[in-house]
Amino acid sequence: MQSGGSISLKGLPVRQPPAVNRFFSSTPVSLIIYCFIVGVILYSSFTGAQAMGYNWQWYQIPKYIYSFTDNGFQFGELMLGLWTTITLSFTAFVLALAIGFLVAFLRLSGLFIGTKIAICFLEFVRNVPLLVLVYLFYYVLGPVFKYDRYTASILCLAVYHSALISEILRAAINSVAKGQWEAAKSIGMTKMQTYRYIILPQSIRFMLPPMTGEVVHMVKSSAIVSVIAVAELTTLGQNIISDTYMAFEIWFTIALIYMFVIVILSIGASQVERRYTVIN
Amino acid sequence: MLTESPIIKFQNVDKFYGNFQALTDISIEVHPTERMVICGPSGSGKSTLIRCINGLESHNYGKLIVDGVEIFEGSKDIIRLRQEIGMVFQQFNLFPHLTVLENLTIGPIKVRKISKAEADVTARKYLERVHIPEQAEKYPSELSGGQQQRVAIARSLCMESKILLFDEPTSALDPEMINEVLDVMVELAGTGITMVCVTHEMGFARKVADTMVFMDEGRIIEVAPPDKFFSKPESARCKEFLEQILEH
Repeated sequence: MQSGGSISLKGLPVRQPPAVNRFFSSTPVSLIIYCFIVGVILYSSFTGAQAMGYNWQWYQIPKYIYSFTDNGFQFGELMLGLWTTITLSFTAFVLALAIGFLVAFLRLSGLFIGTKIAICFLEFVRNVPLLVLVYLFYYVLGPVFKYDRYTASILCLAVYHSALISEILRAAINSVAKGQWEAAKSIGMTKMQTYRYIILPQSIRFMLPPMTGEVVHMVKSSAIVSVIAVAELTTLGQNIISDTYMAFEIWFTIALIYMFVIVILSIGASQVERRYTVIN
Repeated sequence: MLTESPIIKFQNVDKFYGNFQALTDISIEVHPTERMVICGPSGSGKSTLIRCINGLESHNYGKLIVDGVEIFEGSKDIIRLRQEIGMVFQQFNLFPHLTVLENLTIGPIKVRKISKAEADVTARKYLERVHIPEQAEKYPSELSGGQQQRVAIARSLCMESKILLFDEPTSALDPEMINEVLDVMVELAGTGITMVCVTHEMGFARKVADTMVFMDEGRIIEVAPPDKFFSKPESARCKEFLEQILEH
């Protein structure tokens, strides 16, 4: 079938994708398909819940987020959990960054022993499941060094992510052209000065995109410390469910809260990224 | 008096990359204020030789003395010594995250610990000398290749070094920009600074060189003043090389 209508500048008909493709990618049809899929998911979970006699209690949820009492406005349990998740992730990230830098510099130091230590650390952390690390830090190292579950969770997340961060840093530092090292050396800079004034400022734009991904990753993997009962979002959710049996509502709510926080983080991250990629 | 003791002295220097011998039995002296031009086919070890002088490469055997200090791998003096040796690279190697002015002042401020105001004055003086004072606030990526290389020359001048090394400074430039860089280098040659220059620009060499050096396969084949070097070179290999590059 000859495509009707559109004519290019040269006066010849413009080639267009086949009619079937155009039909399915048009806006109204896409919307209908989208609504259909979402509808099917909602309907089947609803009927599934009905079938097992699930008693929906959405009206119970708001009090876990906020409440008005005689004392005025108060955050609910889930919000307190979210706050712990955020402070936990933030502290662990700062610590992970510090360890990551240390490991990356050891790896790049050129010292035989430094490189070997860094590689051993990386291989250990990367080849042990995060869950096992959590148990190790809480049940083994915890009693040995006498720290509580909150500290254990921060240390564990920091160590796990420092391995990933150190590789990001190393790749970013190696992305700076070798000539920059030579130029810096030739004006008499020491290794420290070269890193500080020449190499690190240039490697920021290489490390920022994967690093922001790492922040998001950290918030998500912080949920795993619920296995040692640190009072963060996931743990508090579990506690509420064991009291009230509202599994469906609470898990939906928690998923939405995580999603909300991470979408906001991602938007912030892309802003920072845009700012740093301008130069050259 | 100054010309009596050499400022750079190679004594039977050998350099290996794995099993490949890049430099073989190099012995040569450069005296203060001397302008030496090194030429030779690619892979002949010219760049390796010049990079040994400021320790960007380290030699394996023999002795290398620069400004009265012996250089060897891992020597602590090399960092201090590099302040006395400016270097200009084939690929410019300007710092892309800094403006032209910051490129020139970062060395004096961070390494020589000079005040920013003083470093700025010096930097503008040398930008004037390489004829681009108006580009001070720009970033390197906004300049042409020739301008970038002149900034690189100004950067090495800002350290107020005793020795300037040039490693094929015009090889990465478009033909129409070569002369603006060579002009600056000719002007510098008149200031009495010690220069060691690896280049294929024989017109420049004829104009400024006190000593010509020809290298091939990691060895120094011929050392002569330019008159003799260009009119009647002794070795057949050197004669052949000169014929090839002077033909056009």
